[in-house]
Amino acid sequence: MTPEDHLRAFLARAPYINFLGMTAELAGDELTGILPFSPHLIGNTLLPALHGGVIGGFLEMTALAQLAVTQSTPRVHKTIDVTIEYLRPGRALTTYARADLRKVGRRIANVHVEAWQEARSQPIAALRGHFMLAED
Amino acid sequence: MSDPNTNLPKTHLPNPNLDAAAAMATEVPQAAALGFQMVSAADARGVMHVPWREDLVGDPQTGVIASGVVTSLLDHCCGMAITATTGERRPTATLDLRIDYMRPAASRAGVTVEAHCYHTTRSIAFVRAHAWDADPADPIATAQAAFMLAGPVGPGTGGAA
Repeated sequence: MTPEDHLRAFLARAPYINFLGMTAELAGDELTGILPFSPHLIGNTLLPALHGGVIGGFLEMTALAQLAVTQSTPRVHKTIDVTIEYLRPGRALTTYARADLRKVGRRIANVHVEAWQEARSQPIAALRGHFMLAED
Repeated sequence: MSDPNTNLPKTHLPNPNLDAAAAMATEVPQAAALGFQMVSAADARGVMHVPWREDLVGDPQTGVIASGVVTSLLDHCCGMAITATTGERRPTATLDLRIDYMRPAASRAGVTVEAHCYHTTRSIAFVRAHAWDADPADPIATAQAAFMLAGPVGPGTGGAA
C-alpha cells in the first residue's frame, strides 16, 4: 500500500473524523491535516471561536494520521497522553495542522503537532503527546 | 430599536448557577452537536455526560467513542466547573489541557466527566477533571487544565482571548 492508501484508509475508518469534517493531504510522506470551518465546531459564539476540544481532537487526529502513514499497521495506534497548548483563538476559518514525529521507538512515539489558520508563523495551538504503537 | 448588546438575559431562577451551566450544554454549537447533557453544577464542580452515538466512534472495530469527543467533554466540563465557581458565565479561554488516557471506554458506552475548579485567581482558573464510562472510581481519562478568565460578559469583552 502507498502512503496515500494508508491515509485514505485512516480517514475513512473513524466516524468521528467524518463528524469533524477533517481531511488531509500528503506531500511525499509529510501530512497536512485540514479542518474546514463548520458552524457545529464553534465553542464560543461571541467571538466566534472553535471549541477547544475540536482543536485538541483535530491535533490528535493529525498525529494519529501521520503515524498511520509512516508506521502503518492494520491496527490503530493508541493515545497515551496529550498536552494541548492554546495560543490564539481558532477563528471561523479553515485550520491546518502538521505533525512532527520527534521520536519513534519500538513501542512508543513522541509526536508534536502544530495548528495554524492564515499564517503558519502564527500557530493557534500545539500538541505534544505519547502514542502506543500497535503491533502488526 | 433593538439593543446591540446581545447578552444573556438576567434570570432569577432558584439556582442561577445551574441555569447558566445548563445553557452551556445546549447553547454552544459544538456541545449541542455532540449531544452533551448537564448532570449537575454546584460548589465549583460540574458533571456532564455524552451518550454514545454511532457517528462519534473512533474505531468501528471496537465501537469505542473517539478520544476527541472525550477531549471536548473534558474541556467543556472544566468550563462548566468554572461557571459553578464564579456563579456567572464569564468567557474563558483554555491555556492548556493535559489529558492522560488510562484505558479505552467500553464498547458502545457513553462517557461522563466530573471537573473540579480547585483554585481561581482574578484572571486564572485551575481545574482537574476525570472521565469514566461505568464507574467514577475506574476512570478512562484524567485531565488538568488552566483557563484564562475574561471580565464579566459585557460589551467590549469579545476579544479577551
